[in-house]
Amino acid sequence: MKLYCLSSDPNRPCYVLRFKEITLMLDCGLSTQTVLNFLPLPLVPSARLNNLQGWMPRDISDPQLEGELKECCNRVFVDSAPEFFPPQPKIIDFSEVDVILISNYLCMLALPFITEGTGFAGVVYATEPTLQIGRLFLEELVQHIEQTPKATLASHWKEHLHVLPAPLRDSQKPRSWRHIYNMRAVNSSLARIQMVGYNEKLDVYGAVSVMAVSSGYCLGSSNWVISSHYEKVAYVSGSSTLTTHPRPMDQTALKNANVLILTGLTQTPTANPDSMLGELCMTVATTLRCGGSVLIPCYPSGVVYDLFECLSSHLENSGMGTTPMFFISPVADTSLAYSNILAEWLSTVKQNKVYLPEEPFPHAGLVRNGRLKHFKHIYTEGFSTDYRQPCVVFCGHPSLRFGDAVHFVELWGSNAQNTIVFTEPDFPYMEALAPFQPLAMKAVHCPIDTSLNFTQANKLIRDLRPGTLVLPESYTLPPVTAPHRIDLVVETDRPIIAFKRDEVLTLPLKRKQGRVEMCPELAEFLLPSEVRTGVSLSTLTGGLQVKDNKHILKVLEEGETKAVSTVGKKRIWLVEDILNKKPRNYTWGSLDIDEFIQKITQEGITDAKGSGLPGWLSSHEVVGLLEDEGSMFLQNVGTTAQ
Amino acid sequence: MPEIKITPLGAGQDVGRSCILLSVGGKNIMLDCGMHMGFNDERRFPDFTYIAPEGPLTSYIDCVIISHFHLDHCGALPYFTEMVGYTGPVYMTHPTKAIAPILLEDMRKVAVERKGESNFFTSQNIKDCMKKVVAVTLHQSVMVDGQLEIKAYYAGHVLGAAMFWIRVGSQSVVYTGDYNMTPDRHLGAAWIDKCRPDLLISESTYATTIRDSKRCRERDFLKKIHECVDRGGKVLIPVFALGRAQELCILLETYWERMNLKVPVYFAVGLTEKANNYYKMFITWTNQKIRKTFVQRNMFDFKHIKPFDKSYIDNPGAMVVFATPGMLHAGLSLQIFKKWAPNENNMVIMPGFCVVGTVGHKVLNGAKKIEFENRQVVEVKMSVQYMSFSAHADAKGIMQLIQYCEPKNVMLVHGEAAKMEFLKEKIKKEFDLECYMPANGETCVVNTSMTIPLDVSLKLLKAEAQKNNSLPPDPKRPRVMHGVLVMKDNSMCLMDVDDACKEAGINRHLVRFTSTLRMEDPGPASKTAEKLLQLIKTRLKDCHVQLTDGSISVESVLVKVEGSEDEQKNVYVSWDNQDEELGSYILGLLKTMGH
Repeated sequence: MKLYCLSSDPNRPCYVLRFKEITLMLDCGLSTQTVLNFLPLPLVPSARLNNLQGWMPRDISDPQLEGELKECCNRVFVDSAPEFFPPQPKIIDFSEVDVILISNYLCMLALPFITEGTGFAGVVYATEPTLQIGRLFLEELVQHIEQTPKATLASHWKEHLHVLPAPLRDSQKPRSWRHIYNMRAVNSSLARIQMVGYNEKLDVYGAVSVMAVSSGYCLGSSNWVISSHYEKVAYVSGSSTLTTHPRPMDQTALKNANVLILTGLTQTPTANPDSMLGELCMTVATTLRCGGSVLIPCYPSGVVYDLFECLSSHLENSGMGTTPMFFISPVADTSLAYSNILAEWLSTVKQNKVYLPEEPFPHAGLVRNGRLKHFKHIYTEGFSTDYRQPCVVFCGHPSLRFGDAVHFVELWGSNAQNTIVFTEPDFPYMEALAPFQPLAMKAVHCPIDTSLNFTQANKLIRDLRPGTLVLPESYTLPPVTAPHRIDLVVETDRPIIAFKRDEVLTLPLKRKQGRVEMCPELAEFLLPSEVRTGVSLSTLTGGLQVKDNKHILKVLEEGETKAVSTVGKKRIWLVEDILNKKPRNYTWGSLDIDEFIQKITQEGITDAKGSGLPGWLSSHEVVGLLEDEGSMFLQNVGTTAQ
Repeated sequence: MPEIKITPLGAGQDVGRSCILLSVGGKNIMLDCGMHMGFNDERRFPDFTYIAPEGPLTSYIDCVIISHFHLDHCGALPYFTEMVGYTGPVYMTHPTKAIAPILLEDMRKVAVERKGESNFFTSQNIKDCMKKVVAVTLHQSVMVDGQLEIKAYYAGHVLGAAMFWIRVGSQSVVYTGDYNMTPDRHLGAAWIDKCRPDLLISESTYATTIRDSKRCRERDFLKKIHECVDRGGKVLIPVFALGRAQELCILLETYWERMNLKVPVYFAVGLTEKANNYYKMFITWTNQKIRKTFVQRNMFDFKHIKPFDKSYIDNPGAMVVFATPGMLHAGLSLQIFKKWAPNENNMVIMPGFCVVGTVGHKVLNGAKKIEFENRQVVEVKMSVQYMSFSAHADAKGIMQLIQYCEPKNVMLVHGEAAKMEFLKEKIKKEFDLECYMPANGETCVVNTSMTIPLDVSLKLLKAEAQKNNSLPPDPKRPRVMHGVLVMKDNSMCLMDVDDACKEAGINRHLVRFTSTLRMEDPGPASKTAEKLLQLIKTRLKDCHVQLTDGSISVESVLVKVEGSEDEQKNVYVSWDNQDEELGSYILGLLKTMGH
């Protein structure tokens, strides 16, 4: 069993597992960190961005590089459409992938890069919410970037990497970075997804079965159990043991795996999501009370639902129940609508609401009574009429490089009364704000990452007791941001294999057995003999039928055994029949020499003599050699052939 | 032979009161727990004393599975769990769990408050009963216990209707409940994979019908209503609150809009809005089209269809009224029927099946006078139309399902005996399958062949595969697996003889035979060996024959040539007794050389 690691970001995983001649891809995470190197895409032309100083490396006079780089507050950015670093088909050929398993909608952004134009011909499995909400993420991303097309695309900076300032200089393989896919690629890629339910056993070419189990992280999020009759691999991606809106994590199915692959732990191990949520509510209330507005960059689904719920009730209780909340995203309406029809994927509390019948999420009510207003874009009809300050705006993208958030940072940035609150943990917030500096508005960092922290992960490993634990190398070391926190690592008594991007691991899983179904008719031929108490042996010869990797053992069809010719008294059988004739029994144990001589005497060989063990038996025709292991050789001498 | 036993307590050669007991691999499962709408006495519920004459039944039943929310499939459930006292698990889908208690409560009200029945289950009973329900999602594999696994498939019949696949060991059964193989205006078609169950228990309501195309039926339905309201008549459509009603509402709503009709359409049940809310929230269970458009437009928000008030019954002029219940056996629909029946201008459209004993059934059978319990006699002059909108699979659909899932045996339930008989013959003829149709209380035994799972050492499997792959592909060539089966501690593992001996802790002993042939062949011994090699190779094409150190080996057979350059050679042929056949064959071959 081999594991290929195609991702360096444990929260945007992409691995390939080879097992029993099946190639399974685990997640298609797209690293979006690369976009931070680019200038934001404003919705309306921004004089500030346009007037940024061009930047050129000293001692280099490449006219083509001119205009590609801009400087803002001592940081250099690429002035071009943002690019992404998808998993590379370097150590694995995507056309060989049989199945892609998607864990949650955050881990599928690279899907079009992998399935389109690569010769990929396999099938993709994901739960219904993962597909539906994942589609929203992909669509939003494409629309955000496509709505602000760039006239020229920069690429020459990649040739001069060594002379560029950090962090641009440290970019990983920028030549492999790609522009975002288009909607056609999105649609044809998503069309390959086959929807699955939790605990639905899916057969992969009869060789292995895969099953999604609830991971508690977001709507429809799953971990995967990959198993054959004898081996079990558990793949744990983004998981959460906190009580939020999704169905709770199912740990039972992950127990006792030979191999546990663990990824998707929290990106903010030092922040507690609950206290961050509290801090967020406080910050928002304080800002609003002072007449400022709040911008919360967010994704179109996920924690944002919990934010609507908590923030609206907090504001209600603080006497600010009339402050408008805006949710702006090209997919806002669909996101809100879908969240209320996916009851089967929700926590029991939310699920029970539909039995009343009531909408499981309170935001349906907030939308009905006008507390929460949603718009596709800021230029959508109605927004300018409803817009008034102070207000709370939820919109994308958390990187602040594209989407409506860019507009609000530009619009509100100069006013110190306003606040921007970062809740999504994917981007370092100072990096996200870098191209907007200098800023007067307050920036508050309240990362809410509900995925497992190290304490929870270590407990999980103790409970699951895997044979071997496989995880990204970074989980075995304290976080780069907090090197003294040696408690923030995975600690276990289980054997650990750590990996890095582009590594190929051989996992310690030795197959010893396979499964064959025996027909009852064949069982009737069994003649078990008990060689020891509780241990019986029987020879078994059957015709093997292999179909779709399923093995069935049937009674061997002995076609009329035909003698093709006879020699003397002996008939000569068809060669095939002879080869298929297997012994009915084997000899074992130690041989009683006297009894043996007696037996062959009865058969008419009267002059056999034993000469002790080990030794020779002799008669006029046969010489037998008995060896100490209980083996015996019978020799026939003197037959002549011409 | 392992067997599967089935005893219908209801729905055996009958429609209504579906309740089938299934015994498979030591597990007992109750499939549906329905009530009969045609009876008001104890025949209404299945005869649970069949399971055990008295005392709690929980120890006899491992689980109850409810296929959908229609009362003839779940109506007896509160009685069974709260009054008979079954405390084990009950499985149904989420929409069924949401909607069933509402219909049960509705039915309870009719029975207790309108008919004044006592000893009926209470509202609290229904609530307590629903607490015992485990909701399942489609395709989710649910382990009821260590051995019993169930899995739901989409059945299309009503919102949340499911077929259930049930497995114990290597034996499996599919129970269809009610299903529909053609998508309709709000639901999709039933779907199942090739699960090859030992037994398929299928409903057969429309066993002999091949329904004409859906469009024709819809056009017909709309035309009849339009004609009736044009002449000022009143149209009564008895329906159940959930299910068919929503489909017909969508149909009428779009027609009214297109034709710009002003005649009022009413939906006569307080449930309407609530019912539609269920449809909104379980939109993932509706068909593709509704799911695709629900964000923009909710199909279940009706503009033309207004709530009905009882006082409208005597209103003059044309109107269309949807009223519950669907079989005219009680409630508002019956009340309206009594008022409107004597007028020949009016019309009643029965959009679904009616069980024997209901007013609906009598009316459909052409009864011109109907006598009620209180001796009231109602003359039926109104026009009576039957439109088969009930979403059951027709004969074609049932055959299609059989084709999809490839069962080894078929059983028909939930239908009329005569029609079943016809379909049974058809199934036997077309699929060459055994087909059963037990009556209520009749136990039917289905023999199944069960395979025995064996562990096989990978070494053995790989050796066989390698051997097979090394030969030119020939699907006809038998693939042979040979080894020794080691049986201990409830496990069975097939391995090669040496590993088996090691595993069992015993020593093998070998008997090796050696025969010497004298052969006249001048020249060096190696040359003779070469000749023999060629001979053996041509005869044993499929075998691995090799020459090492002057000896030829095939399996355990060794052929060695000795002798100097003169004519006489000694050829030793030796073999282990396990290769007796092959050894003798090669010996024979060498003996007859040149003959």
